[in-house]
Amino acid sequence: MAEQYYLAAFIAVSAGATFATRVVPFLFFERHTEHPLVKHIGRFLPAAVMALLAVIFLQRSANWSASAPGLDALVPGLLVVIIHLWRRNALLSIAAGTAAYMTIQQAGWLT
Amino acid sequence: MNQNAFRLTLPILFGYLPLGMAFGVLFTTQLDYAWWVAPLMGLVIYAGSGQILAVSLLAASAGLLEVAVAMFVLNARHLFYGLSLLGQFRGAGWRKGYLIFGLTDETYSLLTSRPRTPDRQHEQAIDFRITLFNQLYWITGCAIGALLGELVAFDSTGIEFALVALFIVLTIEQYKALGNTFPLWAGALAAGLAMLLVPPAHQLIAAITLVTTTLLLHYWKLHKRTNGGEVSHG
Repeated sequence: MAEQYYLAAFIAVSAGATFATRVVPFLFFERHTEHPLVKHIGRFLPAAVMALLAVIFLQRSANWSASAPGLDALVPGLLVVIIHLWRRNALLSIAAGTAAYMTIQQAGWLT
Repeated sequence: MNQNAFRLTLPILFGYLPLGMAFGVLFTTQLDYAWWVAPLMGLVIYAGSGQILAVSLLAASAGLLEVAVAMFVLNARHLFYGLSLLGQFRGAGWRKGYLIFGLTDETYSLLTSRPRTPDRQHEQAIDFRITLFNQLYWITGCAIGALLGELVAFDSTGIEFALVALFIVLTIEQYKALGNTFPLWAGALAAGLAMLLVPPAHQLIAAITLVTTTLLLHYWKLHKRTNGGEVSHG
């Protein structure tokens, strides 16, 4: 029984802490929506965060101790860029890149 | 409108199902709790890396204060996400609480990248559907993984690359919308620095703090220049 209380409290605390990280900006900056600094951050931060997430997760998907370090993820990543610049169809680019990555991983190429 | 939201979230479906399943498998193989606790955590906590950390904290019977601190620090990058959505979520009424609750990396990416009409209420309704669909994919993944445990035959190896591909596509789309490469270089360099200097668990928050600071300095520089050339309005 004590274990069930612990689990319930654990989940409640985790949920509360996670929600806190998401709600804080809305609690403290809501009145400053029109401030030029907040607008500046709002304009540029998403692009910066997207580039940052792409770089970090691309690096984590790659095998850097392979004989061709990192190519197992960099090649599919480059394929996404090329196909997206060519057709500009998000689903097509994502599907092609993912299929290429899965094939490379499952066939054990570039290792 | 539902088809539209479904189409937009399709890459998240391919990312969240396998990742949610990975969490579910980890949960049932490491812990002795009922399988439905895994999707319950997806429902009320809803944080990928946070839930995976939760498995090791639960296994170690960590103290609740430690749990709160660990979860807050791990998800601290979300502190910055809200800053760029303040205006967009304004006046969202009953939807607002859920929009904020569901603000994962992937949902944030979709909400800040998609084209918008001036009809804010309509756009908020679409934002709400996107957030809801994404969470449903995640909960479904958690449930399947926990139910099947080690039985899952994983030849979907590598399917989680869909999320990496999504981030690449959204980076290109952000560039096309902004017509400015500065934030992209800033983000990529911050990521590079963080990966060189910080252990993996803290790389995201380090990079996001670094890039936000860079944007503050960038603003300050621009602002100083504009103010220098302007007549003072008192």
